[in-house]
Amino acid sequence: MSNAIDVNTSEFETEVLQADKPVIVDFWAEWCGPCRMVGPVLDAIASEHAGSVKVVKVNVDDNQEIAAKYGITSIPAVYLFNDGEVQKQSIGAKPKSALEKEFAPYLGAQ
Amino acid sequence: MSPDFTPALSLDLGATPPGRPDHGQRPAETGDTAVHDVVIVGSGPAGYTAAIYTARADLNPIVLAGSVTAGGDLMNTTDVENYPGFTDGIMGPELMATMQAQAERFGADVRYEDAIKLELEGPIKEITVEGGEVLRARTVILATGSAYRELGLEDEKRLSGHGVSWCATCDGFFFKGQNIAVVGGGDSAIEEATFLTKFADKVTLIHRRDEFRASEIMQKRAFDDPKIEILWNKRVIGISGEAKVEELSLEDTVTGEVGALPVTGLFVAIGSDPRTHLFKDQVEITAEGTVAVDARSSRTSLPGVFAAGDVLDSTYRQAVTAAGSGCVAAIDVEHYLATVKA
Repeated sequence: MSNAIDVNTSEFETEVLQADKPVIVDFWAEWCGPCRMVGPVLDAIASEHAGSVKVVKVNVDDNQEIAAKYGITSIPAVYLFNDGEVQKQSIGAKPKSALEKEFAPYLGAQ
Repeated sequence: MSPDFTPALSLDLGATPPGRPDHGQRPAETGDTAVHDVVIVGSGPAGYTAAIYTARADLNPIVLAGSVTAGGDLMNTTDVENYPGFTDGIMGPELMATMQAQAERFGADVRYEDAIKLELEGPIKEITVEGGEVLRARTVILATGSAYRELGLEDEKRLSGHGVSWCATCDGFFFKGQNIAVVGGGDSAIEEATFLTKFADKVTLIHRRDEFRASEIMQKRAFDDPKIEILWNKRVIGISGEAKVEELSLEDTVTGEVGALPVTGLFVAIGSDPRTHLFKDQVEITAEGTVAVDARSSRTSLPGVFAAGDVLDSTYRQAVTAAGSGCVAAIDVEHYLATVKA
């Protein structure tokens, strides 16, 4: 069960850049082993911090323009957007506590 | 695991580990927490092999597989051609999923959790996992593997994810038609370089010496590949670029001459260091930084604490040697438990 919705290039503007709260974006691909590990971690963050942030996934294979626009050359890449701007970026598969620490200012009170 | 995020392999990483009866647990000597026979920290070939053996010995192992590192280094590889038993090779992630399934078949309790603190002295060991739960066990097998080494350059971290990478299988895709570099001289460096030629126009392999450590078959692959150029006796001393990698500074290790190499990506494959930060103050560590063990056994300097895989091996570091080492640790655990319970 996943709480993160898939977002494609045409939805990115409305779902991420114009969102009314911070959005964690998981840039991933099928062929990326560590990406498979990050999925469940972000699902957990999404459900525990549902009031503060939204979590979405962008498949870089299908949405190369977005990956290129943000200069992404490594995945898993987990970016936090707020007010249409990248506020935080985290590269590589990291445990939940590490991501929560990096994104703490945007996760609100638990 | 969400249906729209299905891994290519049937590795069910999001699921709750299968339950099993707790018939192997006995009441603790003090307090009321169960004391397990064995907790295995790590889930590469060493950890899973130790799990297969200890599970078959009815020791009900708990495997702390890691929340994002389950399966270990082989999860980041493609074809494994030298693991015995697979005539045509096997994909690294598939091999690890198979090992996990084999361990679980005999009742190993594989948990996608991270150990954050180990108390290894005394007859009962305490393992704290992320989230605060404390596991108690008579024995612990340290199978934490090793972590990729970094170049240690100022701009390496800043440009990580923007041209600097440690995982060719993850990131090669982003360098289609580009001119990139790999630094290193072992099997993994050459494997990365040859893999990256699928995407890049040109791959420059930078090595600080004038010969490779890599196996002959891997070297031949690099020499025969028209897309790979080898730069001998060069050390990367700088990475530059505003938002992404644009250029490397290279120093000749013989003449000291410094030059520039324009590339858009740098893959770092200069080896790895044993992952010992959780226990290096408790068990003896060798000069190489590996866990010290007694002769060919897996026994560390602490009774009831055993080690397996790359964490004790700075020389061979193969999937099959790690698996063999996991087997050794499992058998040592069995012997130890027979003594302390006698």
